[in-house]
Amino acid sequence: MNVASRASRSASRRLDLAAGRVDLTHGAGGRAMQQLIEEIFRPAFDNPMLARGDDQAAFEVVGGRMVMSTDSFVVSPLFFPGGDIGSLAVHGTVNDVAMSGARPLYLSAGFIIEEGFPLADLERIARSMGEAARAAEVAVVTGDTKVVERGKADGLFINTAGIGVVPPGIEISGDRARAGDAILISGSMGDHGVAIMAHRAGLEFETTIVSDSAALNGLVADMVASVPTIRVLRDPTRGGLAATLNEICHQSAVGMRLDEAAIPVRPEVLGACELLGLDPLNVANEGKLIAIAPAEDAGRLLGVLRRHPLGRDAMVIGEVTADPARFVRMATRIGGERMIDWLAGEQLPRIC
Amino acid sequence: MKHLDEYRDAETARRLAASIHREADTDRRYRLMEFCGGHTHAIFRYGIEDLLPANIEMVHGPGCPVCVLPTGRLDMAIRLAKRDGVILASYGDMLRVPGSKGQSLMKAKADGADIRMVYSTLDALKLAEANPGREVIFFAIGFETTTPPTALAIEAAAKAKLGNFSVFCNHVLTPSAIAAILEAPAVRDLGAVEIDGFLGPAHVSVVIGSQPYEFFAEEYRKPVAISGFEPIDILQSILMLVRQLNEGRAEVENQYIRAVTRDGNLRAKQAVSRIFELRRDFEWRGLGHIPYSALRLKDAYAAFDAERRFDEPYIASEGNKACACPAILRGAKKPTDCRLFGSVCTPETPLGSCMVSSEGACAAYYSYGRMRERTQ
Repeated sequence: MNVASRASRSASRRLDLAAGRVDLTHGAGGRAMQQLIEEIFRPAFDNPMLARGDDQAAFEVVGGRMVMSTDSFVVSPLFFPGGDIGSLAVHGTVNDVAMSGARPLYLSAGFIIEEGFPLADLERIARSMGEAARAAEVAVVTGDTKVVERGKADGLFINTAGIGVVPPGIEISGDRARAGDAILISGSMGDHGVAIMAHRAGLEFETTIVSDSAALNGLVADMVASVPTIRVLRDPTRGGLAATLNEICHQSAVGMRLDEAAIPVRPEVLGACELLGLDPLNVANEGKLIAIAPAEDAGRLLGVLRRHPLGRDAMVIGEVTADPARFVRMATRIGGERMIDWLAGEQLPRIC
Repeated sequence: MKHLDEYRDAETARRLAASIHREADTDRRYRLMEFCGGHTHAIFRYGIEDLLPANIEMVHGPGCPVCVLPTGRLDMAIRLAKRDGVILASYGDMLRVPGSKGQSLMKAKADGADIRMVYSTLDALKLAEANPGREVIFFAIGFETTTPPTALAIEAAAKAKLGNFSVFCNHVLTPSAIAAILEAPAVRDLGAVEIDGFLGPAHVSVVIGSQPYEFFAEEYRKPVAISGFEPIDILQSILMLVRQLNEGRAEVENQYIRAVTRDGNLRAKQAVSRIFELRRDFEWRGLGHIPYSALRLKDAYAAFDAERRFDEPYIASEGNKACACPAILRGAKKPTDCRLFGSVCTPETPLGSCMVSSEGACAAYYSYGRMRERTQ
């Protein structure tokens, strides 16, 4: 029996989603790849644009401003409390698009799969991606699959890109913070990073923390509808609140002054950080946002945030200051002061 | 959170700060050395100096194991890591410490050396079990707090006949370092570094007890307060030292009564003495060669001693000459006195060990206190 007929025979059977594994033919552009797409990805993402089966998705162009963003996901472990690499890949890019105030519409998804990866895991991850996309009201409209030899990737990497449309009158950017503006966050800091660390090989400890991974576009839509004067939105992912605030200070050429007592951190997260010698302000979040708005709008914005399930624990944590040195300062709980700096080096690799 | 909130309480901090202000004699200066880098870090992280009167000055000591490790020892670790078949298991904060000739474990890792970040000695043991065909070397570093776990790991490896596990031992001793600072000519003769009292690290004393400090109090007439690491602990210990100095006392006082006893943890001390013996000499960055200031594995455990097993010699090496780490580690200079600080030497591109370690004085100044220089 020659190779071609063997391949066609195996392709005529359905994928063994219980015990089967990805092999190199699944990325080779032949029938096996077609089968992987038909039996795993298309049912998971099911939408008319993808169903056409073209190499690209076509959609009508609307007026106004469009935004585009991309992100790659290499998180380890692939499944963690509160999510998996699939839902994270949707939330991450949806949030990056939404932080412009835009309504995210379409996603692309690229999969780099290591030979030998269990088909059951791939299916579970694709399904989780599809569910996350439907919940966030975005469609995965185009995709790509590559398979690399064993040892050349750690299980599965995913890249997603997203496109969204900014409502008229909304001008949100990291360079728009002004002295006197209020700084708000949508909830507790450090949940995602600690949830991942708790499940890392060699670092397992008992904790009830789950990742906060969530799509924030619904929350953002409420926020910009009620408070169109919002100047900056950003999700404090890698590097945590500390890195993100420093980025904004640099972009806007301002300083900040925070109040430590106003920054919510869950006791379990604080406990884990104590144990690991981490500062929760450096730990990643995947379902939280920072908003900067004129001080007079802060009260209204806080109200909007707290009425949404993803912003229930929102707080005003400080204000933007005029500071040529662009320092983020924080009044400590005991009445002292310190700086909040970028974290040097990598606190923990492959958190997202 | 229980056992944390009460030691970070704003009201208690204000009360203690008010007592310190009231009791500190305005006609004199109080130069207090916090020996341990963990204290330095806490002082900056909580902004404790903002609560103290101007005549109380905290002098940062050498109690940062990463900082005091001389370049030559780091070079040894890099050479060990580069050997065929070796996995070097290291704590994360060692990876970026500069060795000689711009080398670091991070660079060695990028060049192909198999260096794994671990969080405990247990992780290193597991690595050895999982990789029977490889030599797993644990890069052991630290003061008395981290020594008992290393001792137990070696005992476990011996019991399990884990032939591919060894330890590159860099465990050092707190009392020897304090003695070296007090004996340094700069302190004793020239009076250049005046130190009026010491904050002793509570976690070290949980193991060794408070008794080893009694000698300093008596012999050098320096009061010692064994202090915890929370802001309330530190403020309370500073108040204890102010009172001792005001009353002309020089005693060892224990602020951390919730875990420190005079004799410490007997079982931990026994574990250490079963496995380790004193090294005749060990080089410290900043403090030079200090006799009997570090530990090595006893002959009975020589098979688990990476230095002997791989016959790796120590070659002394000087760091960057302009780097003021040595003087900073003795308490003779502040990080901001170094002309490299914040310009060429930053946490991203560290030239000295004090800028690398999260417990280093330069890193604490840079990350938490850099804004102070501008406002003063």
